[in-house]
Amino acid sequence: MRFVVRRVVQTIPLLLVVSVLVFVLIHATPGGPLTLYLENPNVRPADIERLKRQLGLDRPLPVQYLSWLWAFVRGDWGFSYADGRPVMQRLLERLPATLELVGTSTLLGVIVALIVGILASVRRGFDRVTTIAVVAGISLPVFWFGLVLQLVFANALGWFPSSGRSTIGFGGFGDQAMHLVLPAIVLASAQAAGWSRYLRGSMHLALAMPFTTAARARGASERRVVLHHALRYALLPFVTVVLLDASIMASGAVVTESVFAWPGVGGLFTESLAKRDYTVLMAFLMCGSIVVAVLNLLADLAVHAIDPRTREAA
Amino acid sequence: MRRPAAIGAGILAAMLLLAILAPIVAPYGFDVIDLAHRRAAPSTSHWFGTDELGRDLLTRVIFGARVSLSIGMISAVMSAAIGVTIGAVAGYAGGWVDDALMRFTDAMLSIPRLPLLMIAAAVIEPGVPTLVVLVGLVGWMEMARVVRADVQSIKTTDFVAAARALGGAPERVLRSHILPSTFPAVSVAMTIAVGRGILLESALSFFGVGVQPPTASWGNMLYQAQTTMVTEPWLGIFPGAFIFLTVLCFNILGDSFRPLPSG
Repeated sequence: MRFVVRRVVQTIPLLLVVSVLVFVLIHATPGGPLTLYLENPNVRPADIERLKRQLGLDRPLPVQYLSWLWAFVRGDWGFSYADGRPVMQRLLERLPATLELVGTSTLLGVIVALIVGILASVRRGFDRVTTIAVVAGISLPVFWFGLVLQLVFANALGWFPSSGRSTIGFGGFGDQAMHLVLPAIVLASAQAAGWSRYLRGSMHLALAMPFTTAARARGASERRVVLHHALRYALLPFVTVVLLDASIMASGAVVTESVFAWPGVGGLFTESLAKRDYTVLMAFLMCGSIVVAVLNLLADLAVHAIDPRTREAA
Repeated sequence: MRRPAAIGAGILAAMLLLAILAPIVAPYGFDVIDLAHRRAAPSTSHWFGTDELGRDLLTRVIFGARVSLSIGMISAVMSAAIGVTIGAVAGYAGGWVDDALMRFTDAMLSIPRLPLLMIAAAVIEPGVPTLVVLVGLVGWMEMARVVRADVQSIKTTDFVAAARALGGAPERVLRSHILPSTFPAVSVAMTIAVGRGILLESALSFFGVGVQPPTASWGNMLYQAQTTMVTEPWLGIFPGAFIFLTVLCFNILGDSFRPLPSG
């Protein structure tokens, strides 16, 4: 229990550091948060001064930081420069699409990684082929892979729609599922490659452990040794790694959603980037980091809960 | 050296040579516009086809290699310098210094790397040198962790104790006795960082916030190609294939530096 409390408490300074970094980054803009107005010829210098005072931008930076942080914690994330609506509302309405895509590709990635990782750890011939495939998967530029899949499977073969989440005026589950196929494959590919390599590694480790030898000595079938004894041992670090990769998933989602015009949070990010909509960008970065930090925390807690060996050290 | 690594190293050497000798080996001039042969599909005179101004794509890919490779390699060196310093100090000093540095590393690791870089690049609107710095600044965390773990285990060994007993100052013990032993781990991390740097640069340029035309990088060639992917697919396929091939070779090479698993 003390470990849980300590670990949760540790996350807070981490998020504070993140918030300082994000805040500094936005304020490093040549025009600060008012860039958009500075570039607008209809806004007079006097108006800029008035806006600065109104928005509190004339106060010292630490004061601004604290008031921004306090507002953020209370859920007041400001308004989008692009359309004047609350930032939180804009993010929330895009969230379901992202959850759908990220959820599907995580599931897909995990299933592929489990199959490949287990097979590679027991069959030597298969291992050779997958080692190359796995390194290739890690090296794929996500956006290029997306463009090529679009070209082949959407434009040339016409099997799947090339972009969007559903056909306008023609919804339905089948239609949505077809739209999901290509982006989910693209987003899952890099992850599946990394994860299966990791699982293969820990399976190798597990299969060399005395307890698998003991299981074999007791007459357990090879299948049982691999799937019951070794996999159980290897699964814990695997789950941890899946959770720890949330940050890579976030970066991947931004790219994938943009290539496939997927109406999710990542797509909102690239749109906001083009419009220099800093309030949205700031909130996106903060939320992304919070999600990553929380998933890392969960990974640690899960390991702690399942593996008694980690408790002695705490 | 194992065979895949040898092949990877060979391809990379060829790529480097092409990049260095670009003005000599490229079949056409870098900016030669040929409006009569605009948007030409790959042929014997233009192996990779031509773009919307009739510029030879193979030539641009070869010149793009200079930009992409140097961003990848220089940023990796920078990441290594930062990562080794932070990791070594954290691992050697221990205590609150270690805690503070590792919390900072964790914080940097939890900010999604690409969006962070995209915002930074959009804010700063960098030229190529600044871009190198940006990519380097977000790539040191893995290195710091690896080096810290190495330093922690090496500092308990007898030869380090001996060096200290002989009156070696902490900086000297760290620099000339401990750091050399982290070299294998650092070289793996650095090779992989080159690949990651190239991917990051290309992603940034793909979103239009990285390398700006007229300078060609593989990423911004893709950026320009994405709208015409259906009608002129070669404009996107070749630069992307070069990114893929290069990163693949660096990753294979990095893998081969890893110590062989025992047992």
